[in-house]
Amino acid sequence: MEPCRLAARDLACRRGERLLFRGLSLELVGGQALHVTGSNGTGKSSLIRILAGLLRPYSGEVERRGSTGLLDQTMALDEHLPLGRALAFWAGLDGATPVTVLARLGLAELLDVPVRYLSTGQRKRAALARLLGQDAQVWLLDEPLNGLDRDAVALVEALIAEHIAGGGLALVASHQPIAVPGMGVLDLPDYARGLAA
Amino acid sequence: MLMRDLAQLLPGARKGNTLLPLLFFLAVAMLYPFAVGPNPNVLAATGGGVIWVAALLAAILPLDRLLAPDLESGFFDQWALRGIAEEVVVAVRLLAHWISFGPFLMLAALPASALLGIDGETLRTVELGLLAGTPGLAAIGIIIAAVTVGLRSGGAALSGLLVIPLAVPLLIFGAGSLSTGGEGGIALTAAISLLLVAIAPFAGGAAIRAAREG
Repeated sequence: MEPCRLAARDLACRRGERLLFRGLSLELVGGQALHVTGSNGTGKSSLIRILAGLLRPYSGEVERRGSTGLLDQTMALDEHLPLGRALAFWAGLDGATPVTVLARLGLAELLDVPVRYLSTGQRKRAALARLLGQDAQVWLLDEPLNGLDRDAVALVEALIAEHIAGGGLALVASHQPIAVPGMGVLDLPDYARGLAA
Repeated sequence: MLMRDLAQLLPGARKGNTLLPLLFFLAVAMLYPFAVGPNPNVLAATGGGVIWVAALLAAILPLDRLLAPDLESGFFDQWALRGIAEEVVVAVRLLAHWISFGPFLMLAALPASALLGIDGETLRTVELGLLAGTPGLAAIGIIIAAVTVGLRSGGAALSGLLVIPLAVPLLIFGAGSLSTGGEGGIALTAAISLLLVAIAPFAGGAAIRAAREG
């Protein structure tokens, strides 16, 4: 597996008339994790989407190497299908999610439940199962802790730690604290209106 | 991916609202004679055209759930991350959309033509015309669904307006083949269909990328 890398140079993001941030540069290689912090509306989600290549930056460049997994507010799972079959659609593209992963996420008993009946926390965990099944090297996580209870938060922190220990890289946008050893912090408001440029 | 699309779009899937276009098509065929009166000559003369209009409307009924739900629930983002081009997704969706109404419409045209008093020879032309034209109708549907997918509201109104210019050539030649009774009209319908089908994935893909930027 070739080493993964995520680099951004001099990014600026404009939404409508507002400049959310500018002069933002970062570089991550395998084994590193970065926590992007900032209150609501500072551009965390936009940054994630720019890094994922789903949104064009107002200026600057993004370089991404390695398969990329994205976890955001959307689940990308069919609401009317039982969870097991909804996940099976992505498993068909990515390869199957190991049963041990499902058990660890506490989803093993929920596979027959239609996705629309899942609670907020369960939905988040289902989306995590999709991400883990993808086995991507670069993780872009947008508020992965939303709606999770304390045990699940600890689980996500452990998953991120294992992911970077296994040579992957992770960029996590969250306004909540995340305890992952060796994780760097990037405070997005610093880049608002180019203060840190 | 085609299997998933089909499971969602085929009649009978998802609690029956996929049956709506088909029932709508038959309802038009049933009600039309009541509206214009039971004169067999009038019915036979205009029936083929009515079938075409009903087919067009049936094809654009499911537009709002053709692409929009997948964009909202993040499917297109996930496909993009896996390097699956929007064009491929749209092409697959186009095929599924056609399979979900084209052949059924041709079947439904049989009872419909009986209701409208269309004779055997004309029925043959109608069926051939539908075979040639429904892929084009499906392509029109996909293009419009993609173009309006980024609009939060007012999408329906714009869809209605967009259908008109795109569908005019298909209807002219498709329904026109009835009056001339000719193979030429059907051939032209097929040509326009092919053109629309060829354009649709690229137009749709570009429109979806544009919607994501918004």
